[in-house]
Amino acid sequence: MGGSASLLPREALGEYQELTFLSKQEILLAYKRFSELLPKEERENACSVRVPKSQILKLPELRANPFQHRICHVFSTSDNGDDSMSFEDFLDMLSVFSDSAILEVKSHYAFRIFDFDDDGILDRKDLEKLVNCLTGQGEDSQLSNAEMEQLIQNILEESDIDKDGTINLSEFQLVVSRSPDFASSFKIVL
Amino acid sequence: MFSFVTLPSIIAKYGIFNSSFAESPPKNTELHCTVYTPSGNQGLVYFYTYLKDLLSGTGFLEMTSLFYGYYTIDAAWFSILRYNLPLAYLLATFAYLALSLLWIIKRSVEGFKQNLVHHEDQFQSYCNKVFAGWDFCITDPNAARLKHRSLQYELQTDLEEERLKRKIADRTMKEKLRIYSLRIFINIIVIAVLSGCFYSIYRATVFSQENSNKDVGNKNFQANLFVQYLPSVVITLANFIAPQIFSFLITFEDYSPAFEIRLTLMRCVFVRLANIGVLLFSLWSQISHCTTDKCKACGYNYELYPCWESEVGREMYKLMIFDFIIILAVTLFVDFPRKLLVTHCSCKPVQWCGLQEFGISDNVLEIIYGQTICWIGTFFSPLLPAIATIKYFIIFYIKKISLIHTRKPAARPIRASSSNFFFLVVLLIGLVLAFVPLGISIAHIPSSKACGPFRSFNTSWAVVPATVLGFPTGLQQVLHAIASEAFAVPFFMVICLIMVYLIALAGAHKRVVEQLREQLALESRDKLFLIRKITEAQRCP
Repeated sequence: MGGSASLLPREALGEYQELTFLSKQEILLAYKRFSELLPKEERENACSVRVPKSQILKLPELRANPFQHRICHVFSTSDNGDDSMSFEDFLDMLSVFSDSAILEVKSHYAFRIFDFDDDGILDRKDLEKLVNCLTGQGEDSQLSNAEMEQLIQNILEESDIDKDGTINLSEFQLVVSRSPDFASSFKIVL
Repeated sequence: MFSFVTLPSIIAKYGIFNSSFAESPPKNTELHCTVYTPSGNQGLVYFYTYLKDLLSGTGFLEMTSLFYGYYTIDAAWFSILRYNLPLAYLLATFAYLALSLLWIIKRSVEGFKQNLVHHEDQFQSYCNKVFAGWDFCITDPNAARLKHRSLQYELQTDLEEERLKRKIADRTMKEKLRIYSLRIFINIIVIAVLSGCFYSIYRATVFSQENSNKDVGNKNFQANLFVQYLPSVVITLANFIAPQIFSFLITFEDYSPAFEIRLTLMRCVFVRLANIGVLLFSLWSQISHCTTDKCKACGYNYELYPCWESEVGREMYKLMIFDFIIILAVTLFVDFPRKLLVTHCSCKPVQWCGLQEFGISDNVLEIIYGQTICWIGTFFSPLLPAIATIKYFIIFYIKKISLIHTRKPAARPIRASSSNFFFLVVLLIGLVLAFVPLGISIAHIPSSKACGPFRSFNTSWAVVPATVLGFPTGLQQVLHAIASEAFAVPFFMVICLIMVYLIALAGAHKRVVEQLREQLALESRDKLFLIRKITEAQRCP
């Protein structure tokens, strides 16, 4: 812990603490885990290096997650679309998934993660992909077409308020605010 | 049980701590009732006789503290204190059963509260399952696979239940008639199957009792053992076949999946517990079968059963041992070879069979069955709970090893909280069912005059009135007053009033909950109205 603290400048630490929902220990732990993903030579200036997506997906917290690709895509600020993450992207992600993040922030990012085609609304295709992610890959673990239709119908009935066949951000946030399990399941702790 | 009954007897018989004992004198009874010569082993015996005795509770085991017949002491004296053994025996049995009852009720009340809360129709259940269903903390791929499967199963069951509800609502009169008549027909088949089981158990018990009481001269060791164990074998077969039949039949009855599971479980439970009941009933019919006058004077069949409580205890002991052997045998000879076969042989039919699934309900039913035997048998065989404890200890570790190595997780993950309450209810039914035979044997059937602590009493229960008579007169009067009508009737009325009050309170709470729910629905409708107004206002600038 002492070794990595000396590598992360104190002003940066204070800044990160103010900008995210993470505590000092959590930021230091995140720094340690992030620099472990880098090859030895680049560990000195971990703050400015981007880690490729394949390395990020090796983290145990993301390894078994069906939304791993969407998470990397949403939090990555890379210009060339390769979904690589810098240390600040990584902190951003951990901050949203931390225990102390507020519900509005979590639901905002959950909406972006579930929006598979990035068009700002959850339409039928997004919901279908979402359900297939939940039930697992493989032929026999997917719902049949009729079941999928029925399920999407029920979801839209419960959450689509303006009856336009899609769920926008405010409808999603309303539904999630009434869901008792969301806050405890939408959480990643290192 | 051990500390109050067995320990004093052992101490008194061996004269430790300056104790002595007085054998209960058989008074007011005919002489022939009291003749009891346990067929202990005399002279040179073969080694396998010991094995046979261990397995069937006869011979050298008969006169040990395992069975009722050992406790012939009426009172034991420890220095100055007089220890009333018959009373202690009776009260220890009651205390043991009462403690079990209290403990089960306490656990099931907690489960009941949880069940009630979860059972209410969840508000937006689908959105909750889909948007908040995945636990982002899962890091292990195996756990992830299980979670995927349980999510898939939950979504599919919910969708199926909804489809079924719609189908039931859409049913025409003709279809309803057809379904109900089919269900009645299948229930008749179920009752027929049950009667078949009961009858076969009755015949098996009668046959076993008749043939094992003849003087067998160590001729055919295996045949004799088999005859002794015949009731246990028949019961185990019935316990195995009946559930298969039931789960086959229920597919025709067109119930919702959750209800199907519960109904099959209830039927299997009924089969298991009623089998024990029929065994006991057939034993009693044999014991009280009296044709001669001499027999009637004793009250029970003294020729065949000079010490009938030991006989009942022996049957319970055999059931328990056989249950244990079967579980061991199934684990060793079915599960492990199956696992070896599946991993090493890759031919189609073997792979299709696959590994056995771990059925939670089956295993729980086995445990409940064993525990009911233990409860019934405690009065007749005081060391039975100790044997049961050792047995469950061993079974737990064997099942654990077998589960980890040879079983695959069930394809239908069961909801833990609601099933917990259900299994506790079934255990309670088992306990209540255990009270019935005990009550009948203690209060109705005359106790053996030839053995046991209740020799000087008519029935086992008679020791309590006898003790009460020995209390000081003040206490006697109080006890008599409590038992009299002048006290019982007002007490009963007060209890009824309290019950009516609680029912009314529960009804009022339910109405409040419904009102609150309506309010919630109204609130959401108001919100929808406002949002629609806002979107309209936004559209027209």
